[in-house]
Amino acid sequence: MKRGFPILAIVTALLLSFGLYEALIGAPTERTMGDVQRIFYYHVPSAWTAFLLFLINFLASVQFLVRSSESTERLANRLTLIIFLVVFAAGGAFWSMGAITVVSIYATCFAIYGIYFLIGKYFAQSTTDILALVTAEVGVVFCTVVLVTGPIWARPVWGIWWTWDLRLTLTLVLWLIYVSYLMLRRFSTSSQTPVLAAVLAIFGALDVPLVYFSIWFFRTQHPSPVIGDGGSLDPRMLHVLLINWVAFLCLAWLVCWTRFRLEVVQREIDEAQSLESLLEGEGSR
Amino acid sequence: MNYLIAAYVATWVIHGTYLVILVRKYSKIRREMKSLKKVASH
Repeated sequence: MKRGFPILAIVTALLLSFGLYEALIGAPTERTMGDVQRIFYYHVPSAWTAFLLFLINFLASVQFLVRSSESTERLANRLTLIIFLVVFAAGGAFWSMGAITVVSIYATCFAIYGIYFLIGKYFAQSTTDILALVTAEVGVVFCTVVLVTGPIWARPVWGIWWTWDLRLTLTLVLWLIYVSYLMLRRFSTSSQTPVLAAVLAIFGALDVPLVYFSIWFFRTQHPSPVIGDGGSLDPRMLHVLLINWVAFLCLAWLVCWTRFRLEVVQREIDEAQSLESLLEGEGSR
Repeated sequence: MNYLIAAYVATWVIHGTYLVILVRKYSKIRREMKSLKKVASH
């Protein structure tokens, strides 16, 4: 694992540099918007990365809650399969409406089930709590990028910095939910904080599909999807977009890894310090 | 072009700020570990 970190750091740096070059120079210039359209290569991958991190946060929070007792864990394992089938069916409904492709449905279902399974297999209950904290924190960073780059693009294209459009408003609400989640974790001193935070994260995650599907089901000012069914993105632009997304995923992984290790060590130090003060108290009696 | 530069700079300022926060957290943890080691050696 220790060897993997520098390798990932080098790969991330190379991908980010290549992605930046492709976004600014390699990608063709869009006819109507001009160079401002190139903001898209940072705005969209940041949004996708934030959504993925919030999804991991949601699944880690579910794992944290269900592992509180053996019976809930057994029940949850059975329910997971049912939820998988429900998501599959719901995906089918969206597909029949022409909103998403069948590949997206399969990919989403297997990604959710796969991440849930991997968290259950490789993380203990205490570390699922750390994973939830870390992914929320890094997700907020990427969501901040989305909320900052969006208005910078909107000003020259729409003539305004911000509008209370459904997708924009829901994204702002999503950001506020996760900022409140982090504030709860930072300032609450109760021993129940991880449980409360996990519940908040589960409800907060419900906003993610609303943000994602808002442009399909409602008339919004936000541009329509350019990928998938009905998408009209130039293949060269799609190539640059995917390079930047992979680069941002690597960056998110690297930062989450670092933050995770720091949090584990911080908790060990806190434990040692409370043990030390307990021993001091015993000694002074 | 100015808007494009502003968006890219803003992105890296946000990521850079978060990395600075992580580095500060790391320094704090190192200090705490040193003081714990001192206490343990006494």
